[in-house]
Amino acid sequence: MSTRDFDIELQLLLDAIYLKYHYDFRSYAHASLKRRLKSAMTQLGCRTLSQVQDRIVHDPSAFTAVLGFLTVPVTEMFRDPLYFLALREQVVPVLRTYPSLKIWVAGCSTGEEAYSLAILLREEQLLERTIIYATDINAQTLQKAEAGVYESNRIAGFTENHRKSGARTSLSDYYTARYGRAVFDKSLRKNIVFSDHSLATDSVFAEVQLVSCRNVLIYFNRDLQERALGLFKDALCRKGFLGLGAKESLRFSMYADAFVEIAPGDRIYQKDEAA
Amino acid sequence: MRTLESMKGQVSAVVIGTSAGGIDALSALLPALSRGCAPVFIVLHLPRERPSRLVDLFQHKCSARVCEAQDKDPIERGTIYFAPPDYHLLIDAGPHLALSTDELVHFSRPSIDVLFESAAEIYGEGLLGIVLTGASEDGAAGLAAVHRAGGWTVAQDPATADVSIMAEAAIKRTPVDFVLSLDQIASVLRTTAIGELQ
Repeated sequence: MSTRDFDIELQLLLDAIYLKYHYDFRSYAHASLKRRLKSAMTQLGCRTLSQVQDRIVHDPSAFTAVLGFLTVPVTEMFRDPLYFLALREQVVPVLRTYPSLKIWVAGCSTGEEAYSLAILLREEQLLERTIIYATDINAQTLQKAEAGVYESNRIAGFTENHRKSGARTSLSDYYTARYGRAVFDKSLRKNIVFSDHSLATDSVFAEVQLVSCRNVLIYFNRDLQERALGLFKDALCRKGFLGLGAKESLRFSMYADAFVEIAPGDRIYQKDEAA
Repeated sequence: MRTLESMKGQVSAVVIGTSAGGIDALSALLPALSRGCAPVFIVLHLPRERPSRLVDLFQHKCSARVCEAQDKDPIERGTIYFAPPDYHLLIDAGPHLALSTDELVHFSRPSIDVLFESAAEIYGEGLLGIVLTGASEDGAAGLAAVHRAGGWTVAQDPATADVSIMAEAAIKRTPVDFVLSLDQIASVLRTTAIGELQ
């Protein structure tokens, strides 16, 4: 199978997914998308992407399986602890000045980042006046996020990350271990709203003081990155904060001038007063 | 039969993969690259949880520019790109750099296979893939992809490698074009493949 044929089939498949299921992957970065679809082909026993297309158009359950490959959830609690430390030291003091807070975790996957922020805000005594909107396009991962249950073998890593984030409490205060799993405290979820939202096709739904969107933009092509950054700029209040992944930046974006980088190594930006 | 001579002027990009013993091996190779060399992309397995010091370590030894890959960076000649810790590095159409946080491959992120397979799609027969010392089989499937796409394949001679597992796995999987010592690979980089500004 030639690369050229694969590219043709890829484009047709993404069009079919959009037309049939309204999920828009057409502006995703191709290199990682191709890798994931090759895994999906193996799993579904298909030799070509055209065969995958045939399956998903006629069988929604095959689409659910493919969607799982296209939105592989790979994250952990307090991933990049220094990001959370920078939030604590440079963003929390400002957030404290608001009577009520709204935070948007865009592309929340299975929820680790949303719970991390909830724990950080509880430690800073801000959670009670906060609503965290945690959004994703995959209904199945959102369900997992809502459940807040993680395999026990991941907890040691989460605990170490949490400790390095400037923790004021112990992570074990927030979960109960049960049958090889850690079940996170329901009271954290009281202030989190998990919902379906696509950065590719939906619009802004609230004014927020902080957007945290980490390691999501790397999966988008430049046009879609700009769309997402535009949504974040519009959603943020005056002088609101934007947190990106460790290897993401606004360097080449048309929105670069709309933000000031306040924690350069940790990729935390503040919306410019004039923007 | 491919000869080193026939590689001259044919290489438009280089991918290098290594793990254990990699820093010493790269120290012997990278200074051979000139300021006008084809772009070089490197995956060196490192601890995932720490920022990497590779750029500081290599910049003063090299005349080519050394940097850590950033998502969507355009690709430039005369530049050596290291995959950042805890991200896969891929080459996307453009060509430009792409990063991902997808699952570990061969217990590694970055993975050599991920880099080599994506670069093979973009550069095809213009790609030179080099697998060096290492204690993992990561890179074997990647070098096979470079071969399938018509690119050039080099493995470090396992007898000269600090740890021979990686080069042996690559040689077992693919009929590599050349099995060479580090000195020979350095000379390929200096003269045959991508030596002087064209």
